Amino acid sequence: MKARKIKLASPPIAGLRPERDLHAIAASVLRIAKARGIPETEVHVDESIDALTRFANNAIHQHVAEHGLTVSIRTAVDGRTARVTTNRIDEDSLSAALNHSVSLGSQQPKDPGLLPMPGRQRYRPVRRFHPRTASLSPEERARAVKKACELAARKGQVAAGIFSSGQSQSVLANSRGLQAAYRQTHATFSVTMQAGSAASWAKGNAADHREFDPQALAETASEKSSRAQNPVELEPGRYTVILEPAAVLDLVGFLFYDFAATAVADKRSCFSGRVGKPLLGKNVTITDDVHHPEQLGPPFDGEGMPRQRVLLVDQGTVKNLVYSRRSAQQAKKKPTGHGFTLPNEYGEAPVNLVVAGGKTSLEEMIATTERGLLVTRLWYIREVDPYEKIMTGMTRDGLFLVESGKIRHAARNFRFNQSVLEMLRNVERLGPAERAAGEEASEMVVPPMRIRDFHFSEVTKF
Amino acid sequence: MWDYCEHSLETARFRGARYADVRVMHHRQRDLTSKGGRVGTLGQTESLGLGIRVVASGAWGFASTDQLTPEGVSACAAQAVAIAKASALAKKEDVQLAPEGAHIDSWLGPCIKDPFEIPIDTQLGLLLSVDGLMRKVKGITLTETDMQFRKIDTWFASSAGSKIHQRRFLSGCGIVATSFKGDAIQKRSYPNSFGGQHILGGYELIEAMDLPGNAQRIAEECVALHPAPQCPETTGTLILGGSQLGLQIHESVGHPIELDRVLGQEANFAGTSFLTLDKLHKLRYASPIVNVVADARAEHGPGLGTFAYDDEGVPAQCIEVIKDGEFHGYLSSRETAHLIGLARSGGTMRTEGWNRLPMIRMTNVSLLPGRWSLEDLIADTEDAVLMDTNRSWSIDDRRYQFQFSTEIAWEIKGGKKSRMLKNPSYSGITTEFWNSCDAICNADHWVLWGTPNCGKGQPMQVMGTGHGASPARFRNVKIGTAFSGQ
Repeated sequence: MKARKIKLASPPIAGLRPERDLHAIAASVLRIAKARGIPETEVHVDESIDALTRFANNAIHQHVAEHGLTVSIRTAVDGRTARVTTNRIDEDSLSAALNHSVSLGSQQPKDPGLLPMPGRQRYRPVRRFHPRTASLSPEERARAVKKACELAARKGQVAAGIFSSGQSQSVLANSRGLQAAYRQTHATFSVTMQAGSAASWAKGNAADHREFDPQALAETASEKSSRAQNPVELEPGRYTVILEPAAVLDLVGFLFYDFAATAVADKRSCFSGRVGKPLLGKNVTITDDVHHPEQLGPPFDGEGMPRQRVLLVDQGTVKNLVYSRRSAQQAKKKPTGHGFTLPNEYGEAPVNLVVAGGKTSLEEMIATTERGLLVTRLWYIREVDPYEKIMTGMTRDGLFLVESGKIRHAARNFRFNQSVLEMLRNVERLGPAERAAGEEASEMVVPPMRIRDFHFSEVTKF
Repeated sequence: MWDYCEHSLETARFRGARYADVRVMHHRQRDLTSKGGRVGTLGQTESLGLGIRVVASGAWGFASTDQLTPEGVSACAAQAVAIAKASALAKKEDVQLAPEGAHIDSWLGPCIKDPFEIPIDTQLGLLLSVDGLMRKVKGITLTETDMQFRKIDTWFASSAGSKIHQRRFLSGCGIVATSFKGDAIQKRSYPNSFGGQHILGGYELIEAMDLPGNAQRIAEECVALHPAPQCPETTGTLILGGSQLGLQIHESVGHPIELDRVLGQEANFAGTSFLTLDKLHKLRYASPIVNVVADARAEHGPGLGTFAYDDEGVPAQCIEVIKDGEFHGYLSSRETAHLIGLARSGGTMRTEGWNRLPMIRMTNVSLLPGRWSLEDLIADTEDAVLMDTNRSWSIDDRRYQFQFSTEIAWEIKGGKKSRMLKNPSYSGITTEFWNSCDAICNADHWVLWGTPNCGKGQPMQVMGTGHGASPARFRNVKIGTAFSGQ
């Protein structure tokens, strides 16, 4: 049987569909749901176009592009809710998905705590779509990669990395009249330069690819890689460390779910029993702020609630948590617009962390350090103890010994076992906060930090 | 689906591709969870699309689309060729592929009970009942359960003439009890942590796991961890339970033998490998009792790495990785095989979905069973720590130095399992660790564990891998390092 099609304004492939097409899909689902007498329906329509140029050994070895659109439908009938997601957008498939959601939901016990869907909301607009990044071609990415590879070859080094770009849009609508829409572009350039057995790394990420310079990143990685030769083996122990922003991000980023009211209520957060008490250093202040100019992401959460700016840690004291509508009702608070799409067991989380910075540049931190280690990047970070928030992981791609205010030489990589809470009590200096990109946590705005008594437990062979 | 495959291959040829292969994949997934006695996640996802990989101008291009129309797949194939030509701007040499015959075949993976035919209320009823059993134990502060089912159809075709259809059911389940007391959080999971046990198969897994029969036990163990003594910091004998050893194999054998890592292709993200090409057939990787294979064939068992053909149309194979302790083989692809002198790919190219490029992935990387019963192994051990069920894992980017911690441990004293220990951990250097293995339990204790969450590649792909293991003993291991100096 031939599937009926929803009338769309334009064919796909070349770019994102007009936003009205996504609204038309959502409206079509809501119309069918209303005709069937389904009390409450929510529709997410998400479209993305992404491309990634990957290189290694000074040549492109993988080069990919994708285009997809998904429709995710949640129904709520008599205290029972379920979600069905499909990428088949003909009307028959959407109708079947809608029925399936009702059927799934009907086979579970009633949830007395399930809230009615929210009505229409107002959102402070964000502008994160840059047509020039959306139209970045494979040839443009390949030419930038070629330059990085040529730099490596000139220096006798080997380059590996990615140059990715993409665009996405989302529409969220429900049967109570809520309508939200968002679109953004994104781009990332990440480069590792290998010089013999040494390596270093640099990475940029932004909504607009013109905000970072791939060649400059390649040069930074190349220069650091040259300095990373012949590492000395140091004894494990406690060291003063200067963490570059990517290293700070990848550790502090592991705290994000601990700020969820649901995690605290479930007694699995490191802040359980600690909210309102001095816990971190006085120089540590953390907010969640989707409207920060260096952040990305939609100004609404999984239910369509507007994301609020939340002061999470004020001068070392955990002041506030983030709340979904459900956890807010249970705690008698207001929702902060951080809920995940329903149904889920995790509740909510802040995803736009901003760690307040200071005025000490990375260079000043080095110049004022008698003995310490400069850390470029961390790797394979995992939680050892959830309540003291002890994390383990490795240094990677550039660990340098600093003595008498100068970088003396490279050091062999260390394993650390370090409480993030203790680390944030031991912050001596903070640099200006910037949008950082690592590999373990989502991009956030964080400063470089100098920290005393950072615990390295073992050393590896390179 | 074959029409879409052929249409896209024809377009690729017309646009100048020297080689092309295409995958249409239909992916269905059901997720169910409970937490604290109520339903958490309840959802189902369906995704259908096409991905085409081409060699043009001597370089690779890949594009994917969910527009399954003649126009949509043609545009996608043309895009893949254009991307390949852009790749050629920064190539060093033309892509070479090891020869592979054309295969026309259809394969259905094992599945006794289609999990999508089991009513949701039956599945949720089981989870909520097990959740309730754990909550009855005093001191438990959080209970969680989960089931996940997937049904994946893949239609593969290549310009060399292959046409292969495969259908695989993947099923998994797990339960977790958590206890917060004083200033500590303890957790116990069954049958494994981080999502439980996963296999290639159907609902029969859920029934075989006997979740209700284990719920009270793990909840009681969880509460008992609080007053248990801390695992001491020492260097000594370690016995690993099968699931933890499965992850140890994954991290310290499975990843280092990926030839793309060895060749530097993952240097920017997943990292490289200490197993440089000069070590093949020369490195004493492990003690002589250690034998490891990478086996994707059905006869190895219903693992997450079991299939009939990989995602570039190469039949499933068994590769000897470590034979009597010596390093014998890498995981390879059609593009990399010739670099280690192989005439044919080892058949380990796998993709997460229609919108991802196939890449070298573990299949079932398994430690073959030894000769010991677990009882005899413990009786033969004077002083050791027995650790089970992973809590955290970390290893450096060349796969030398690792540290693992587990949920629970027991002291072994005088050949007997004695008191429980909390917060256990161990660490080491990969080859030193494997060379210290002096006893492996027999086939009665061997389980093909499923790791459903292995991440690799850019864009990231999450893949399921299998790891057969039985408990084993290691000497002179650093124990308790994660909490030293805290």
